[in-house]
Amino acid sequence: MKMRTLALVAGLGALTISATACSDDSSDTGTTDGSEETTGEGGGDLTIGFLYVGPKDDFGYNQAAYEGSLAVQESFPDAEILQAENVPETADAEVVMEGMIEDGADIIFATSYGHLEFAANVAADHPDVTFVHQGGLEGEEQLDNLGTFFGTVYEPVYTAGIAAGASTESKKLGYVYAFPIPQTLANINAFTLGAQSVDPDIEVIAVSTGSWCDPGLQAQAAQSLLDQDVDVLTQHQDCTKTIIEAAEAAGAMTVGYHFDASELAPEGWLTGSEWSWGPLYSDIVQTVVDDEFVDSPYNGDFRVGLQTGENPFVQSSYGPSVTEETQALIDEARQSFIDGSSPFAGPVSNQGGDEVWAEGEQPTYEEVETMDFFVQGVIGETS
Amino acid sequence: MIEAVCVGAVAGGTSILFPTLGELITERSGVINLGTEGSMLCGALAAYIIGIETGSPWLGVVAGLVAGAGLAAVHAFLVLHRGANQIATGLVVTFLGLGLTALFGQDYVGQGVVALEPVAIPGLASLPFVGPVLFDHDPLTYLSLLAVPALWWVLVGTRAGLQLRAAGERPEVLRTFGTSPRAVRYAAVIGGGGLSGLGGAQLATAFTRNWSEGMTVGRGFVAVGLVIFAAWDPRKALVGAYLFSGAIALQLQLQAQGSDISRYLLAALPYLVVIISLASLSRRRLHAAPEALNHVFEHAS
Repeated sequence: MKMRTLALVAGLGALTISATACSDDSSDTGTTDGSEETTGEGGGDLTIGFLYVGPKDDFGYNQAAYEGSLAVQESFPDAEILQAENVPETADAEVVMEGMIEDGADIIFATSYGHLEFAANVAADHPDVTFVHQGGLEGEEQLDNLGTFFGTVYEPVYTAGIAAGASTESKKLGYVYAFPIPQTLANINAFTLGAQSVDPDIEVIAVSTGSWCDPGLQAQAAQSLLDQDVDVLTQHQDCTKTIIEAAEAAGAMTVGYHFDASELAPEGWLTGSEWSWGPLYSDIVQTVVDDEFVDSPYNGDFRVGLQTGENPFVQSSYGPSVTEETQALIDEARQSFIDGSSPFAGPVSNQGGDEVWAEGEQPTYEEVETMDFFVQGVIGETS
Repeated sequence: MIEAVCVGAVAGGTSILFPTLGELITERSGVINLGTEGSMLCGALAAYIIGIETGSPWLGVVAGLVAGAGLAAVHAFLVLHRGANQIATGLVVTFLGLGLTALFGQDYVGQGVVALEPVAIPGLASLPFVGPVLFDHDPLTYLSLLAVPALWWVLVGTRAGLQLRAAGERPEVLRTFGTSPRAVRYAAVIGGGGLSGLGGAQLATAFTRNWSEGMTVGRGFVAVGLVIFAAWDPRKALVGAYLFSGAIALQLQLQAQGSDISRYLLAALPYLVVIISLASLSRRRLHAAPEALNHVFEHAS
């Protein structure tokens, strides 16, 4: 696979560098996926564009999306894939999308949260091109050529919490996060509830760095948690390596996020959660190729979890210390989600001890996406 | 808790102290370099890459020094030879560093690191309080601690220091004695960039063991502010860097202990500490500014 990297040095000095890598048509030599994925009929002169907000090899969110695009290429070997990295969440994104359309794009995947309004603007001008956005909510104004999609992030975070809860000796787990946005709060809460399903006395200390990637602050945050006798560290950050290294160096255990970092922490790695977008991306493309996009679930705000199908957010591999007993507990929890339960199935109480969801209740996807509180057992402030 | 905050102040302060000292030398010669952030990033990436490619963290440190100095040389050339505006050039140099490191760093994001390991100083490290705070760090932290008195001595006690100060205060006098102020300023800007590069190298290979795009997140600019806080005195630069980093450690320790103080207030704490100290000291500090800094909008050559 050849990459052409085009560095665009704008203005007086490199004010923005946007690197665009284009993949050519030579197909990957990777093995064909054995699962019952879409086989990519048709799509002879199909062109698909992908926009990423960061570099395609950030060992995180953007890399996962990029790998999803490679899976699409594998499912549709004849399709041309256009790649654009480091696309800011500004009107510049519109310029990139217009450029892709000029290059013949039929489908555009805008993969960052802030790309939505720009994708919607371009979609309104190009009814013949299909736009799908990762993570946003389209809301009321439904265009026939636009949809959003996302997975249920907190399901594997809950099961990773089970692994953490079964492994901790100090009964204190540490969580480094950026901002108390609903998705993060849902993750921290799911992790806590997962751990508490093993031992209700477990506490999770949540420390905010106020940044998605500030390794210096991460190192200090990790240390402040280790100073509190935390023996499992996890995080919701864009660059994850510093915290994993800090835990490993201190002899603590790690639960990963965004990518499998078991190589970085051969001793302390428990498990983690990561994106596996390939099947969902390919299915979306197949739907468009079959001319069935309009009024399909993808033409709205598509959310998928184990309750409703294949969750694109999956659990990472297990580290050496996770016992078979623990793995059985995790399998059991996952099966309960498939059977219709939720990580937030009641009774769930907030930090103040007030019951939020009673026994037998569980929140809808929308309620989870607007979560604004910590559950009981989390030490930290949401404001 | 006090011990933990002090350990954090020193551990996290090194990557701020180096660029602060670097900028201090630069400004003492009469030049402002806002490219400190860029030099830090170049130093961080160069140290990371060379460490991985050669397997030697020390070659990485040298590479970080050279890369930081190299970027500062661009600033020196534009400002001292081409008479470019110092403020604008410094910012452009920072963005250049940001862009270049983002480009060349792509393949190294998340890669394993050849880390500069901490070295506990035998005997001293086991002392209560002082041991963990001062004597259980990576070698670059010790180097930064030694650099402070060394730099102070150079400034006040040596001919080179006198020339440096003269370049910043009375360049015409320096010229009378047959020394080119421009040559002194070149040396100061490039040397200062080298120190910023060391700060970046410490951040990437010792403190965080990570490379990611833009990972300095403003530490280079904090350093420029701390030079004023320090009134161009290396000893006070040490205080400033540790105060700033200590405030970061304090706010994270408070969070980890479940303090119910607002997260947002805590996050602003390091900046508040510096702003309050600046405001209460500023009049006197400004008198300490090298004379030539009053003319940064004119030619510096």
